[in-house]
Amino acid sequence: MNTKTKKKKKSLWQVLKKDASLWMFCIPGIVFTFIFSYIPMYGIQLAFRRYNAKAGIWGSPWVGLYYFKRFFESPYFASTIRNTLVLSLYGLIVAFPIPIILALLLNSFRHKKYRKVIQTVTYAPNFISTVVMCGMIILFLSPYVGIINNFMKFLGMDPVNFMAKKEYWRHIYVWSGVWQGTGWSSIIYFAALSGISPELHEAARCDGATKFQLIRYIDLPSILPTATILMIMNCGSILSIGFEKAYLLQNNLNLTVSEIISTYVYKVGLINNDISYSTAIGLFNTLINLVMLIIVNKAADKLSGNSLW
Amino acid sequence: MKKEKSVQPFRRKKTKRCKEDVIFDTVTFIILTIILLIVAYPLYWVIISSISKPSAVSSGDVIWKPIGFTLKGYAEVFKNSAVMGGFLNSLIYTVCGVMVNLTVTLPTAYALSRNNFSGKKPITLFYMITMFFGGGLIPTYLVVKNLQMLNTMWALILPGCLSVYNMIVARTFFKSNISEELYEAAEIDGCTQGKFFFKIALPLSKAIIAILVLYYGVGHWNSYFSALVYISDKDRYPLQLVLRNILITNETALAQSATTKAAREALREKQQLIDVMKYSLIIISSIPVLALYPFIQKHFVKGVMIGSVKG
Repeated sequence: MNTKTKKKKKSLWQVLKKDASLWMFCIPGIVFTFIFSYIPMYGIQLAFRRYNAKAGIWGSPWVGLYYFKRFFESPYFASTIRNTLVLSLYGLIVAFPIPIILALLLNSFRHKKYRKVIQTVTYAPNFISTVVMCGMIILFLSPYVGIINNFMKFLGMDPVNFMAKKEYWRHIYVWSGVWQGTGWSSIIYFAALSGISPELHEAARCDGATKFQLIRYIDLPSILPTATILMIMNCGSILSIGFEKAYLLQNNLNLTVSEIISTYVYKVGLINNDISYSTAIGLFNTLINLVMLIIVNKAADKLSGNSLW
Repeated sequence: MKKEKSVQPFRRKKTKRCKEDVIFDTVTFIILTIILLIVAYPLYWVIISSISKPSAVSSGDVIWKPIGFTLKGYAEVFKNSAVMGGFLNSLIYTVCGVMVNLTVTLPTAYALSRNNFSGKKPITLFYMITMFFGGGLIPTYLVVKNLQMLNTMWALILPGCLSVYNMIVARTFFKSNISEELYEAAEIDGCTQGKFFFKIALPLSKAIIAILVLYYGVGHWNSYFSALVYISDKDRYPLQLVLRNILITNETALAQSATTKAAREALREKQQLIDVMKYSLIIISSIPVLALYPFIQKHFVKGVMIGSVKG
């Protein structure tokens, strides 16, 4: 028994020694990831302490769930979560199927050169930075000089200050995202579609299938696994929609619909300096996302046999 | 359709396009053309507005082609020292950032692509956890602050120096392109892992290096959030933060100050010039990415495909 364990230990050590150079390769990544991802995880305990800059994280007194209670009782709790959820679900419902449709259409479209042109142009907006994108949105929708309002004036309508009307905000956010991201998101489906063996199409053609039937019975089922995986990943981040765009499109007039969790966390933590409160909201958000991901993954596994792990 | 036929000439007789297919092809063509126009027009409009007369842009006369060609907007951008400083800063941050990204990502991806590497499982798990769970904004901010990195470029570069997604893409590439047998052969000739990686694996992996450079590079160039959080010194602002102040914050400020009619008239001309300058600014800030676009497009697509193999 004793010799056996000794032997095993020795072999483990040998294995490590054999791989020493590969382990060395991994060290920089491990060090930086540890510092910037794992140490912050340890800092999450701030959510349960009253942060005091002088005392530091470890000297700050414990307050238990005080900050969570404060968040649950604050008027921002319901509104930020609702805004985040609505925006995210709206985005998911609209932005999820459109790239699939685009990929299916492009795949069945046989004029190669024109197809290439369409792909090149639709991918392009993906490289526009968020700041420029939001700048363009604001310029286009501006009530004085914006092209949309100029067009409406041309039609004899009154100019509308879109960014100041909160009922338009979500549509602006989601549809500009569709404009920017559809081409890019279709790549992954297009790649999956080009993996379908041409014999499958030929056989169906011989049996007299129309092009629409090819899409319905061959193309669509074959990209379903890809779509499911992407759907699961999207659902997992349903409460974590990007800070960047929402923050830039915010103004005082649309804040009641545009204040989402991530922008609220930023404002509370770094502008109001309410460190512990902000950490608590952030932690709450992360946990909900994690639970969501696990639930959706389970459901998808049961329904279609596709899951992340 | 044509292509399909030319590939299989024997089918020409059998598959006459039925009526439904003709309708389908026509509808597809129309939908795709509409999509093309919707995406292309705003981009085109920004370009023609940036070289048109300010008053023509704001009166809505510029629709199909530039009116009263002028480069005033561009001149205004080049006069703006904040923009030029930001451009330079962004260039430095992007170049340094990408170099750090590569030094960290490539070796890790290579090591994890080796089948019999004993650290494969634990290290993969180590990275997977960070994809689903993290400390959040404030704890990360405090770490950066405690390391005295606020207001330095390291705050923008080091926290995200290894993107797990990009690492997986690179790992998949190494796995399918640098075979274990190749290393075994080199080992017999007395080559060490380190030597093999630098002398053989990397030179064979130019494609993936290009993909990573572009993924990370565009990411650095376009990001503003970390700079918003970590950089408060105006001289160190990256371009995107300068752009934010001009494109987004300023516009509302001017609009608000122009409440009375007289003030609005006086401001109009200035406002018009500022607006055209904004279009020029959009173009100038996108130049690095625009110039690389044809090259980028090819590699980005390849990257997405390598990444999707794993899923």
